[in-house]
Amino acid sequence: MSIIAAALCAAPLDAQSPRAIAPYSVVSAEGRRTVAAAMVGDQEMLRLDELAPLLQLTVREDRAAKALTVSRGTTVVVLSLDQGLASMGGKILSLSAPPARDGSRWLVPPDAVSRALAPIAGVRTDVRKASRLIVLGDLRLPRITVQQDPGGPPTRIAIEMAPRTAYTIVQEPKRLLVRFDADGLDLGPITAGGGLVESVSAADPLTLAIALDKDFGTFRAATVPIDAASSRLVIELTAAGAPAPSGLARAPAQPAATPSAPPAAPAPAAMPDAPAALPPAQPPGVRTIVIDPGHGGDEQGTRGAGGVLEKDVVLDVARRLRSALDTRLGVRVLLTRDDDRVVPHDERASIANNNKADLFISLHANSSPSKSAKGAEVFYLSLDGLGSEARRMVEGPEARPVPVLGGGTRDIDLILWDMAQARHLNESAAFAVLVEEELRRRVEMSPNPIQQAPFRVLVAANMPAVLVEMGFLSNPEQEGQLTSDDFKNRVVQSLVDAIVRYRGRIEAQAASRLP
Amino acid sequence: MAVSTRILALTLITAAAVGAGSWATVRYLNRPARGPAAAPSGAGQPEAVRRIKANLYYVAADGLRLTVSERDVIYAEGTSEQARRIVEALLEPAPEGLVSALPPGTALRGVFVGGRGDAYVDFSGSLRTNHPGGSSSEILTVYAIVSALTVNLPAITSVQILIEGHEVDTLAGHVDLRRPLPNAPQWAEKGST
Repeated sequence: MSIIAAALCAAPLDAQSPRAIAPYSVVSAEGRRTVAAAMVGDQEMLRLDELAPLLQLTVREDRAAKALTVSRGTTVVVLSLDQGLASMGGKILSLSAPPARDGSRWLVPPDAVSRALAPIAGVRTDVRKASRLIVLGDLRLPRITVQQDPGGPPTRIAIEMAPRTAYTIVQEPKRLLVRFDADGLDLGPITAGGGLVESVSAADPLTLAIALDKDFGTFRAATVPIDAASSRLVIELTAAGAPAPSGLARAPAQPAATPSAPPAAPAPAAMPDAPAALPPAQPPGVRTIVIDPGHGGDEQGTRGAGGVLEKDVVLDVARRLRSALDTRLGVRVLLTRDDDRVVPHDERASIANNNKADLFISLHANSSPSKSAKGAEVFYLSLDGLGSEARRMVEGPEARPVPVLGGGTRDIDLILWDMAQARHLNESAAFAVLVEEELRRRVEMSPNPIQQAPFRVLVAANMPAVLVEMGFLSNPEQEGQLTSDDFKNRVVQSLVDAIVRYRGRIEAQAASRLP
Repeated sequence: MAVSTRILALTLITAAAVGAGSWATVRYLNRPARGPAAAPSGAGQPEAVRRIKANLYYVAADGLRLTVSERDVIYAEGTSEQARRIVEALLEPAPEGLVSALPPGTALRGVFVGGRGDAYVDFSGSLRTNHPGGSSSEILTVYAIVSALTVNLPAITSVQILIEGHEVDTLAGHVDLRRPLPNAPQWAEKGST
């Protein structure tokens, strides 16, 4: 009862003076308009008298009832002026704040648009607070952000698209135009300039223009999925006379257009570029390795009786392994985290997929209810629970035709994000065997040294992938080992040697296939 | 204030209606399936104490696998209700000499069985917060639950673990819990299944 009393006594927001802030844009089939916004305390609010005509709503204040009645035809929603509540069709809706008065006008929180106003107007609404944008109706308005890699050469620009959006790249003498297949763009931050790029800006409501430096020679582009709903277009630019960047689709002869379409499902494999823009075939090899130190941040992993944390042990070993691989193999090595932070499982796989890694190694330390359990274990994915779709992926991805510029279609491989590992299981198993053999030479192994398990972090890796449990922190002796330089270096040496053997294996397989 | 009070009253009525609807839904989902899930062992005993023999899974001596122990479990009509009784038995203290694969303090919130043999077992958050971590411990926890239900109740072919009513990625960072998992006998000692 005291909670109810507190709610009834809550001070209405109009006790505080509204402070004008940047307006929201409202985009609909009729065009783009603005709606004034204000801060009331810490709450962002929108002008109801400007929203109402866009949704063809009628607003009436009932002073006696301390409520606003908003209607369209016979459909009515009542907004309480005392509490962040609305009543519609017998249902109670919770809003982030009650309406606030600004002189003779009323202000409502942004969620009132999507939760209360749009439903009675029968209009699909997408309120994007970060963009200060309201989309009314079924419009395609992808959120676009642009980030230039501070490194280079080559100059690399990443354009993130949410949701995934088809685009066309057109090369003009002094600029590249990226034209999106959408009804409009929700343009986010653009951080670009330097290297071979002078600037990136909106050329028109659907096109980004990349202004090129005079030394620009050519470019290559590829699209990679970020998650189920968004993708990243990466454009690499090289100077005239410099060797072309590898790994991305080559630019067509200029001037020309490179079209691309978003995949129906996350597709870590090649994107549907025009035939002329196919990436060059690379011989099999191990060029990029992603090392994944498990857990991190608040997700500490397991903890030994002596206080040793799994997240710390695995990060240390990952850094040692990166250093050893850098020095001895000359391969590109990436860590999914290089500090103490939480990294979602899908992001770990994304780092490997987006960088076209050839191997993915997840490092962990184990724990058992029995203190006597000890020894290293190597896991690769089992398909338990993934169903028949994953088992079909083992046979190979599904090829689907997509349209290409100039007519016709081209088959591309569609790989479901959650099934990506399925078609690499044989290679993952082969690599797991090599890792186990090398570990066995240097550290104690568990009685179950190689196992399959439905591990979350392995599912979406689109390359051979293993998870290595180096030892048991629940075993006091092994907790001591896992903090010693000697033990960590033996694990690192084992993994380096396993990678060398794996590289030799796939190079030998490739050589045997040559005519 | 009068209308404001009406809105508040409407809120409370709606909340009560939603609560009743949810309760009805849970009742529906937990309704007994037709036919007995397992044969009662004590046919002549009063119904309140009828029990069945069920294979429950605990941590094996090596700490790396599960071992089976046959236990008396309260008999219940219907697959969902029997599944609940089995998980409740799994949450009881382990038999002498064995260790539970589930962390202490874990509470069962509910069990329901879908039409395709998928069981959804909803635990309190302590299953996660009290979990010691480590892939072996996590595998043992998950498959102690999955095995107990799929081995004893043929109508259940796979099990998804929920926490506080929500689907979760993992319990402790390893095993993918986003889908129902079928039994995986390799996590039990040979001869245990």
